[in-house]
Amino acid sequence: MLVQFFFTLRKYRLPVSLRELLDLINALKQGVIFADVDAFYHLARTIMVKDETHFDRFDKAFSDYFSGIADLDLLESLKQQHNLPEDWLRKEFEKHLSDEEKAQLKAMGGLDELMKTLKERLEEQQKRHAGGNKWVGTGGTSPFGAYGYNPEGVRIGQDGNRNRQAVKVWDKREYRNLDSDREIGSRTIKLALKKLRKFARTGASDTLDLNETIRATAKQGGMLDVKMAPERHNAVKVLMLFDIGGSMDDYIHTCEELFSAAHSEFKHLEFYYFHNCLYEHVWQDNQRRHSNVIDTMTLINKFTSDYKVIFVGDATMGPYEIAYPGGSVEHWNEEPGSAWLNRITNHFDKVAWLNPQPVEHWPKYQSIDFIKQLMDNRMYALSLDGISRAIKELS
Amino acid sequence: MQFNSTDNYIASSALKQAVNAAIMLQKPLLIKGEPGTGKTMLAEELAKSLDTELIQWHIKSTTKAQQGLYEYDAVSRLRDSQLGDERVHNISNYIVKGKLWQAFMYAELNGKRPVLLIDEIDKADIEFPNDLLLELDKMEFHVYETGERIVAKERPIVIITSNNEKELPDAFLRRCFFHYIDFPNSDEMQKIIDVHYPHVKQDLVRQALEVFFNLREANGLKKKPSTSELLDWLKLLMAEDIDAKTLHDKTQKGGLMPMFGALLKNEQDISLIEKLAFMSRR
Repeated sequence: MLVQFFFTLRKYRLPVSLRELLDLINALKQGVIFADVDAFYHLARTIMVKDETHFDRFDKAFSDYFSGIADLDLLESLKQQHNLPEDWLRKEFEKHLSDEEKAQLKAMGGLDELMKTLKERLEEQQKRHAGGNKWVGTGGTSPFGAYGYNPEGVRIGQDGNRNRQAVKVWDKREYRNLDSDREIGSRTIKLALKKLRKFARTGASDTLDLNETIRATAKQGGMLDVKMAPERHNAVKVLMLFDIGGSMDDYIHTCEELFSAAHSEFKHLEFYYFHNCLYEHVWQDNQRRHSNVIDTMTLINKFTSDYKVIFVGDATMGPYEIAYPGGSVEHWNEEPGSAWLNRITNHFDKVAWLNPQPVEHWPKYQSIDFIKQLMDNRMYALSLDGISRAIKELS
Repeated sequence: MQFNSTDNYIASSALKQAVNAAIMLQKPLLIKGEPGTGKTMLAEELAKSLDTELIQWHIKSTTKAQQGLYEYDAVSRLRDSQLGDERVHNISNYIVKGKLWQAFMYAELNGKRPVLLIDEIDKADIEFPNDLLLELDKMEFHVYETGERIVAKERPIVIITSNNEKELPDAFLRRCFFHYIDFPNSDEMQKIIDVHYPHVKQDLVRQALEVFFNLREANGLKKKPSTSELLDWLKLLMAEDIDAKTLHDKTQKGGLMPMFGALLKNEQDISLIEKLAFMSRR
C-alpha cells in the first residue's frame, strides 16, 4: 500500500527517494503512530517532505491518494462550489430499513463508483432534499447524505465524523503560497536570489591564509608550511536588462521586487532598461530615458563575456518589433531587435530571460516563442522555480 | 521517551509527532520556520522535558564542520615543546573535543541520550552540511591524529534549525526528518501567552492580539513581528501598566501603538505603519 502512496507522491513531482519510503515503513513498524489518518499525514510529511515549498504538492498528492480510502467530508468544499444552504443537510428524521432493503443498497457498486456518482449528482441537484432515494439530503436511502442508511454511503455534514478534522488538514492546502511554482512574492523572491550566491565564490587559491599558515607550521614543529586560501569575494558579475513600460506595466511591481532584491545581493551588478525589445540604445535612468542613453554596442564592449546577462521582460509584442528594421514602436531602428539580441547572446557566455507572464500564456504569443528561440530556449518564468532553473543555467 | 508541551512551550500535535518520530527512529530533525517561532526554544524545552543535557552548537558563517568534531590545538603544542613540557609527547593532550564528540559520548557517561542542537545551520558555508553527512548518518567519526574512532553507542537526539538563508543539499536533507513550524493562529497564540504570562488581563491580550495580527497583515513590512516580539511587547505593556482601553484608544485614533519599538525593528517599517495609521484616521 505504501508503495502506491510513494508513487502517487512521485507523480505529484515530490522528490522522494527509496530512503524516505524505508524510513516511513520503519516508523510504522516501530509503532510511532497507529491507525490514525491524521497522525499518518503528519508523520508522512515529516519523513517524506524536506522543503516547505513542497508541502502543497504533498497535500494534493495525499488528498488524491486518500480520497478513495477515508470517509469524505465534502460539506466544506460543496458549500463553496454549489452554495448549498446548510439546512438542506440538517437532520430531519431518522429512517430504519429492513435487511432486505439494506441488501439492495449494497448492489450500488464500489466506493469509486459512489464518489463519481456523488459528483455527478451534486452537479445536477438544485434543491433541498430530504427522505428520497436519489438526491443528496438527510434521512434518505440515497448513498449520499446524513443520518440515513446506506452501507456504502458517504456521510455529508454529519456530526461526529471522526475524520472530519483529518481531511480538512490537507484539503485546506495552507501551504499553497509556499509552492515554488507559484509566481513570486516578496518573501520568496529573496529566497530565490539567494540561490545566486551559490555561484558567488569562485577563483583560485590566491591569498595567503595567515592563521592556517601559522597553524600548519606549528603542526610541523616549526617548519614553514605556507597555506593559501581562495579569495572570498563575490566574483559573480551580473548585467540585468529590464523591459520597462507598455505591456510590462502589469508586472512593474514584481519587477521592482526583483530589482530591490537583486540589488542587495551583488556588488557587481549593472542595470539597464529597454523598451519591449532590445535595440541600439539602453538607458539607466528611466526619467531621462531620451536624453541619457547608452549604445548597446558600448555595453558589449564594456562588459566582458563572463558577465551573466539576465533579461527581465514579458516578450509580449508584435513579431515585427523583433524581426524588422524600423519595427520599434518608439523610434526608427536601423537594425531589427533580433540582431541586437543575437549580438548579446554571442558576446556573453551566459544569458537567460525571465518572463513574468504565466507559463500557460506563453504559447499564445508568437513573440514569446520568437524570443525564446533567439535565447536558445533559455527563457524561464519569473517564479521561484523558474529563477532556480535560470540560475542553474547561468552558473 | 515522549515529548509533550511543557509549562512554557506549546507544541502543535504535528510538531510533537515529528519530534517523537525523530527520537524513536534516531534521525536528526530539521526545523524551519519564520524567525521567532520558537525553533531554538524547542530544543531547550525538549531537553528539559526529557530531563537531559542540551548541547548547543551555534553555527556562524565561519564555522567549519571539523570544529564540531574536534580541534587539534597545534599552537599550544608548539609552545609546550619550546618550554620543554612533558605533555608535548602525547598528542591527545592537544585534541580539543567538539560539540558532536561531546554529544556522541554523553550517553555512555551519563546513561541518557542528550539533545544536540545545531542552531542556524544555514549560516555556515554552503559545503558545511555536506561535511557532516557521514557523522550524522552513522554517528561516528575518525580522529586522524590519534587514530581513534569515536562512535556514539546511543545516538543523541539531534535538532537542526534553519532560517532558509541558504538551500541545504539534497543528500543532507535525505538524512533528516523535516518540520516546518507554522505561524500560530490567534487561538494558539492565546495559549502561548497563557503559559508565559498566566496573570495577564484577558482583555489586554485580546486587544493586543488584534493589533498584532493586523500589523502582520500590513503589506510591505520588512520584518513581520513574530511570537517572540509579541511576548516582549506584552511584557512591556504590562510593565508600563497600559490597559486594554488605552491601547484601543491609541490605535483607533491613529498613530503608532504604545511601545512599538518591541514590534517594529526598523525605521522603514515604523514610518510605513505611521503612514497607514495616519491614512486610516482620515
